[in-house]
Amino acid sequence: MNQELLLGLYVLILTIFLGFEVISRVPSLLHTPLMSGTNAIHGIVLLGGILVAGSADSPLLYLLGFLGCALGAANLFGGLVVTDRMLEMFKPRVAEKPEEARPVPAGAAVQAVREKEPVRKP
Amino acid sequence: MIENYRDALIDLAYLVSAVALVFGLKRMSAPRTARSGNQISAAALLLAVVVTLLDRHITWSAANVAVMVFGIGVGTVASVYLARVVPMTAMPQMVALFNGMGGGTAAVVSVAEFQRFAASGAVSSGEAVSVAFGTTIGSIALTGSLIAFAKLQELMTGRPVRFPLQLPVNVAAFLGIVALWVWLLGLAGGVAVVWLLFALALLFGVLLVLPVGGADMPVVIAVLNSMTGLAAAATGFVLDNQILIVAGALVGASGSLLTVLMSRAMNRSLANVMFGAFRVSGRAAAVAEAKPIREITPEDAAVLMAYANEVIIVPGYGLAVAQAQHQLRELAVELEKRGVEVKFAIHPVAGRMPGHMNVLLAEANVPYDQLYEMEQINDEFQRADVALVVGANDVVNPAARTDPSSPIYGMPILNVDQARNVIVLKRSMRPGFAGIENELFHMPQTRMLFGDAKESLIKLIEAVKAA
Repeated sequence: MNQELLLGLYVLILTIFLGFEVISRVPSLLHTPLMSGTNAIHGIVLLGGILVAGSADSPLLYLLGFLGCALGAANLFGGLVVTDRMLEMFKPRVAEKPEEARPVPAGAAVQAVREKEPVRKP
Repeated sequence: MIENYRDALIDLAYLVSAVALVFGLKRMSAPRTARSGNQISAAALLLAVVVTLLDRHITWSAANVAVMVFGIGVGTVASVYLARVVPMTAMPQMVALFNGMGGGTAAVVSVAEFQRFAASGAVSSGEAVSVAFGTTIGSIALTGSLIAFAKLQELMTGRPVRFPLQLPVNVAAFLGIVALWVWLLGLAGGVAVVWLLFALALLFGVLLVLPVGGADMPVVIAVLNSMTGLAAAATGFVLDNQILIVAGALVGASGSLLTVLMSRAMNRSLANVMFGAFRVSGRAAAVAEAKPIREITPEDAAVLMAYANEVIIVPGYGLAVAQAQHQLRELAVELEKRGVEVKFAIHPVAGRMPGHMNVLLAEANVPYDQLYEMEQINDEFQRADVALVVGANDVVNPAARTDPSSPIYGMPILNVDQARNVIVLKRSMRPGFAGIENELFHMPQTRMLFGDAKESLIKLIEAVKAA
């Protein structure tokens, strides 16, 4: 059997085991960001698109390279941005610092609610 | 010599990137560190992409550079724009769309690389398997995700789509894919066979997701996510690229794990979710018996909650449909002001993707330490004075625990029926997704408040303020 292929299979299978270990520690609270984050991780296939586009020498390969770059970049960068946007929203009960002047897309009503910190039970 | 250093540099950078990816994922295990985890992953991915530009196969002719820059530019601008404006309720379809794009990339790269292998003479069996795998799984993930996107975005019906001869057509498409694999792996296939495989797998992705209902999307998205991960790993084999194998394997593992968790939370097997529509449903429409229902006014409900010690709120997808997360948070704040302890109980399949409800509530500024997983809070319902159910149905149906003849029997549910008082905010008495009667609505401690969730919550907020 081809050595490179065999080593690749070792890497693949051992990483899958590692992935199970690491991912199973993620609480269900964070499953959506986890999924969108891992979704961005497979956007790394962008580098395949780059290799195809960078070495293309026929119209067909130019087209495939273009598709690879565009779709891959969309997956990678879109996924990372949307994951960051989500994780930014997860805040503990005691806000570490006062609300920054960042526009909240959800509307002004929320802002008003935010300022009133919940009163703990005596 | 210089060339060797260059390759070594690329390989070492990939190694750093792979390790950083694992560290980034480890930080996802707590909300406090999760954001930095994602940022570490982002840096790792960028590093891998940038060093790839050093690869010696890249020729840097004007045309190649133009294609790269233009392609990456278009993809980045469009997706970053979408990622910034997408509402949190639309997150499942956003993830589905990005997922499909990743699958498409893997398929396109596999097809393109096969052209190169074929042009350079003999194709090895390893190359043939990798290309076949990357092309097939990537294409299925692409069109499957697009159909999932269309269903979630309501561009098409969310119901399972059936057509005559569906089963034979699907089986034929599957067998066609198998035949093309055999042809390719027998090394007799050329470029045309790979293109045929590409086309057939695209079709199969559509066929695979069409019969799945909209409510099963949490499972389907997890499956497709896992598939794209494995397609990326296959592309890694095609390109002899270790970072792609590592990244793809991590995503494959993550997607598979979430698939298992979601199936378990719905008490259904994966096969039942994916192929359930093919079986004739023996489930007759539930005949609504004339069982007693007790309604409650917003004022009475408000008093009940305002003078409680502990209120547990159970949000379901109906809450997201009514876009009432912010009102719910406001109600929680008003109750807390009066010294009521408020907790949110989140069922794993509340929403349209794993963990979706948590994101919706986090967006409405509900602090995450107020969000409780099912296992954490289920024993607490018996101590709660009031359980407030907002737009949830099947996940609070006690029949899952008590009635072996119920289609949802065995599904883990929130023990809302054990609370001293239950207030259910519901649009009407229409049964939930599973189409079954919910005994909870008829129990003596249950009161119903009918109407749009948002309007009902606004009335409740006002009434709590006045109480």
